[in-house]
Amino acid sequence: MAGLELLSDQGYRLDGRKATELRKLQARMGVFTQADGSAYLEQGNTKALAVVYGPHEMRGSRSRTLHDRAVINCQYSMATFSTAERKRRPHGDRKSTEMSLHLKQTFEAAVMTQLYPRSQIDIYVKILQSDGGNYSVCVNAATLAVIDAGIPMRDYVCACTVGFVDETPLADLCYAEESGGVSSLALALLPRGGQIALLQMDARLHQDHLETLIEAAMTACKGVSKVLDEVVRQHLQEASVLTGE
Amino acid sequence: MARVQVSEAEKVYILHGIRDDLRVDGRGCEDYRHMEIETDVVSNTDGSAKVTLGHTAVLVGVKAEIGKPRPTVPTEGYLEFFVDCSANATPEFEGRGGEELGTELSNTLYKVFNNKRSIDLKSLCICAGEHCWVLYVDVLLLQCDGNLYDAISVAIKAALFNTKIPKVHISSDDEGGKEIELSDDPYDCMRLNVENVPCIVTLCKVGHRHVVDATLQEKACSVASLIISVTHKGTITCMRKVGGGSLDPESIFEMTEAGKRVGKALHAPLMKLLEQEESLGKKRQKVGFLG
Repeated sequence: MAGLELLSDQGYRLDGRKATELRKLQARMGVFTQADGSAYLEQGNTKALAVVYGPHEMRGSRSRTLHDRAVINCQYSMATFSTAERKRRPHGDRKSTEMSLHLKQTFEAAVMTQLYPRSQIDIYVKILQSDGGNYSVCVNAATLAVIDAGIPMRDYVCACTVGFVDETPLADLCYAEESGGVSSLALALLPRGGQIALLQMDARLHQDHLETLIEAAMTACKGVSKVLDEVVRQHLQEASVLTGE
Repeated sequence: MARVQVSEAEKVYILHGIRDDLRVDGRGCEDYRHMEIETDVVSNTDGSAKVTLGHTAVLVGVKAEIGKPRPTVPTEGYLEFFVDCSANATPEFEGRGGEELGTELSNTLYKVFNNKRSIDLKSLCICAGEHCWVLYVDVLLLQCDGNLYDAISVAIKAALFNTKIPKVHISSDDEGGKEIELSDDPYDCMRLNVENVPCIVTLCKVGHRHVVDATLQEKACSVASLIISVTHKGTITCMRKVGGGSLDPESIFEMTEAGKRVGKALHAPLMKLLEQEESLGKKRQKVGFLG
């Protein structure tokens, strides 16, 4: 029965968190030197690696070039050892293709593509360990990677997956909660203006609860944006110390 | 593999340097670049290791699953290799672009481990003819800066050393069938003996000399390479020539001797490092990609 152990009477979840508490977020930018931008992000037990190449000339089909802005190309893939049961194919299955399209849609809303007409920006995200909230961790890691690559964006893109159990919204779901039959909603937000880049929910939820759930998701995303901002400033400080400014 | 374009003047410079045993980054012909190894990086695998050799970064995860043994060898388990050349390394590997290189790498790994001594496959047997442990060794290529085989083989050795396979208890139920129980205690596990696991050494022929651990620039100047897998005793388990150029028999013999020497010298410090890391136990601070 879903919802039985997911939120105890004292308000604690399976891993001891409170309903609105996020998992521990640790990140590092500039992990790889060969790529234009790279970042590694851990949210609880979910680990993702994002790498950005670009902006560069269109590779492959020249016919897809856009005359007034850059094309964003995303690929989402999971390491075969990332899930509890070994995954046969890292990418190419329907779920990965769908995730890649979602990432593309999210970043087209945030990256200032009009500055780079007739070029292409590649964003590749790899999940090294999967413990729920895959999409959100990917978006957060990819934001840091795009910033590391020096590509201008309108705002940070922060994402969070929230669920609804016992009339309470739970922020940042882990795998046990996601697969426990909770109605989950994934939201990607541009925090400063409060603009939503992507909203996805595929479960049953009563209309009255929708607003509370979206509010909870937006609060969680704003929390994530504070951590990401801190990481970026830290990285910038380290880089400026190294160049001797 | 990621291509690097080298001009004629650069090629001549590299060639002359190697002729005098001095490479572009100051190494000798048989020196490796700075190598960093860390095990137990991914926690939901049975064993994992991350190796950084210069700019080449490789992550290996080992997962043990119960399966049916091969009909020709019912008393042994087996290893399955899969190499994933991810798009992180270079945009050319996007979609199916990395499949060709991945298949080539995994086929070579199968050949390297295709002998009785590298891993004790009999210890992977649970019930002869019915159940055995299958070790899925998954290699993830994160960054490509030449010398993939060496980095992958060191990472596989470290990951297999780190692998903890749960102990199994077989009991027979009422109908005479076998029931398998895995022990719940995470510390009650079986470890693998990786002493005989070979390490691969790639030697590239540049001019009249050969170099170990070539960077992409040096690879662009070489015509052919020799891949040798060497155990800690100096035994060769697999040898392969790759590349479009041709090699004469004397240089193959010379390169084999050099490969054996270099490979043999790689094992002792590696095992010492792995044992040292293991002895730190719980106190070890896991760094992973955050360091």
